[in-house]
Amino acid sequence: MGSTSAENSTNGNAGVGRRDVIKRSAALGLAAVPATGFLSACASGGGDDSSDDSTKGTASKENPFGAAKGSKLDVVIFKGGYGDDYAKAWEADFQKKLGITSTHTGTQEITGKLQPRFNAGNPPDIVDDSGAQQIKVDVLYKNGQLLDLAEVLDAPAVDDPSKKVRDLIIPGTLDAGLQEGKIVALNYIYTVWGLWYSGKLFKEKGWEEPKTWDDFLAVCQDAKKQGIGGLAHQGKYPYYINVAIMDLIAKKGGLDAMKAIDNLDPKAFVGSDAAQAGVEAIYEVVEKGLLMPGTNGLTHTESQTRWNQYKAAFITCGSWLENEQLKQTPADFDMKFMPMPLLPGSALPFQAIRAGSGEPFIIPAKAKNLPAAKEFMRRMLSKEWSTIFAKEANSLTILKDGVDPSVKLRPGTQSTVEASKAAGDDTFRYLYTEWYSEMGAAIEAASNELMAKRIQPKEWLKRAQAAVDKQAKDPASKKNHRD
Amino acid sequence: MRKGQYRFVAGFLFAPVSLYLIFVIWPYVQTFGYSLTDWKGQSQTFKFIGLDNYKALFQDDVFMQAVWHNILFLIFIPVITILLALFFAFMLNAGGRSKAGGVGGVAGSQFYKVVYFFPQVLSLAIVAVLFNAVYRSDGGGLLNGILIKLGLVDAENPVEWLNEPNLVLWMLLIAVVWHGVGFYLVLFSAAMQSIPRDIYEAALIDGAGRNQSFFRITLPLLWDTVQTAWVYLGIVAMDMFVLVSSMTQNMGAYGGGPDHHSDVMSTVMMRNFQYFGKSGYACAMGVVMLLLTLVLSVVMLRATRRDRVEF
Repeated sequence: MGSTSAENSTNGNAGVGRRDVIKRSAALGLAAVPATGFLSACASGGGDDSSDDSTKGTASKENPFGAAKGSKLDVVIFKGGYGDDYAKAWEADFQKKLGITSTHTGTQEITGKLQPRFNAGNPPDIVDDSGAQQIKVDVLYKNGQLLDLAEVLDAPAVDDPSKKVRDLIIPGTLDAGLQEGKIVALNYIYTVWGLWYSGKLFKEKGWEEPKTWDDFLAVCQDAKKQGIGGLAHQGKYPYYINVAIMDLIAKKGGLDAMKAIDNLDPKAFVGSDAAQAGVEAIYEVVEKGLLMPGTNGLTHTESQTRWNQYKAAFITCGSWLENEQLKQTPADFDMKFMPMPLLPGSALPFQAIRAGSGEPFIIPAKAKNLPAAKEFMRRMLSKEWSTIFAKEANSLTILKDGVDPSVKLRPGTQSTVEASKAAGDDTFRYLYTEWYSEMGAAIEAASNELMAKRIQPKEWLKRAQAAVDKQAKDPASKKNHRD
Repeated sequence: MRKGQYRFVAGFLFAPVSLYLIFVIWPYVQTFGYSLTDWKGQSQTFKFIGLDNYKALFQDDVFMQAVWHNILFLIFIPVITILLALFFAFMLNAGGRSKAGGVGGVAGSQFYKVVYFFPQVLSLAIVAVLFNAVYRSDGGGLLNGILIKLGLVDAENPVEWLNEPNLVLWMLLIAVVWHGVGFYLVLFSAAMQSIPRDIYEAALIDGAGRNQSFFRITLPLLWDTVQTAWVYLGIVAMDMFVLVSSMTQNMGAYGGGPDHHSDVMSTVMMRNFQYFGKSGYACAMGVVMLLLTLVLSVVMLRATRRDRVEF
């Protein structure tokens, strides 16, 4: 058993943890011991020898990990908004090129299907661990279940063997998979956030893509005159309107205004000119009656579908929108993405967009066919596979310039490609949503009141600041900081 | 008792009691244990922090507001549902015009009984979907659509039923009552049918009208059933998780909006447990919910206890 010592040390740690639990539960009069002891026994009991020789092939330049021909790869894919057709196409290609067949599982029940397998030491080889029922990456990491992906990221890239895989990835997009300094999850999908409109509607009405906030309001007003709503948002989930508010703040005040919020600055909102300008701009839309009627109470699908029916000029969303609305979008809708328009005196240019990555792919440390899993992931970061993904799932990957120009993307995705090219290095990404869900929820509640005109921008700023200050009191928030 | 009877009884009780202990009592005990810790829900490492969670709980405006909402539901859901159900049940069973000295329901009562029971067949999730369509906040909603057609509501400013702080609880209440009335109607009907007919006939001969026979005969003889209904509906009012989380404005997760005006204890608890990762704190909420529910059931059963009428 090659991994015996490593396993023993893991068990040793688990033993200490268990003893702690016993002490504590004894103190509580809990006696939770049997359950935890039993569970951890399950978790460590099944981890038998996995490195059987049939998965070891000869390593070569084309096949740096030595994935063995004729071996089997166990792939589990979250079958959500992006479907799982892309993965089937990858698997077919993998079979063709390397002679490795895959068993494919497309499911939404990641936790239900995989938790028992992880506990029994019999996990799949590669997993798209996403969706509402994902197993949290940090939990898996703490249980020693995840492979450090450095080996894959430092391997020669498929498209250019003189470079490492990680050199061909859009900067900053790997960060989402960091746990204690190691990248243990590959967040594969590149996402941009901003405004969306119908190219067809704009052509028909003779509107231009507005570059400034005033132009944006002018389009909304013209739309209103013609019986079309100006801005739609997914009101039942105030997360979405916060995208607009926060984007305006970041673009007005620059990265410093954004970091002030993420770093829980005592002047993140109250006392920040950028924050005030941003929220007042959004409130202007409300006050002038430029929202799509009723949009404050609609779910994401309801309002997005209304927008697809030309009931509103703009909607705020991330780049999953096109795939989510595939069935509701008319064929000639010509979906377009655009950066948030600029407020006067903004620090960032118009082209600047919020951009980041999502959809974590992981390789379990106890995978049976590690060489093939690593090779599979290496190939995910090739132009060919990234193009397959863009075609099947209508979304971009974190691979730099990762879509073959010959591929005809859907109009919305195509416009995000152009927008991120135009943005270049002018991208930003809030992290408070990943770090402080409670603070995010409090700001969302305030935004919901703002959009319903029950509070004014001043009050919104106060409430947002109160949420920041409350979070700053939590000692755990000291661990998160960005420069 | 005869020899060996205890052993015999214990033999039968062993399986159900141990199941109950393992799957009901033990989780409660564990919840209480976790409520004294700062457990974050994703690993088995936590610190014992005594009663801090409970102290924080009583200073948590959102939770206290949620308790208040549950209390409102607790008052209105049982009262309205039971009154409506009683009224309908009486009309269906004894409210008809007397035919040749008999006592029966209004014409077509069998048909109505089925119709009233319909909503109960639907799961709460479907009720939520249905009422979301009724309350939808633009012209596509049933209510708004009708009101706009009638010219009562401006199409540019439709009523956002579930996004109005003063309306949202009542909107939820309507959905719950609609869903529940049918079941209690059938329950009360069954109880009414077990009331001997001669009592009604005797009252009729003595010249009692509908009101009198309802208040003097039906209600007293139904008291046991009403009491049971009250406890069940009280439990519904203490929960409300499904409707609130799937119908109201999202406050991070599990609904509760606008601005926590529809939050109930269960949604606040789940939001803290899953979304905020404050699982120990959420366990303290769970314990408080358990205590409140227990106290309420006991109070309810004691307060409504009356002498039993045998017939």
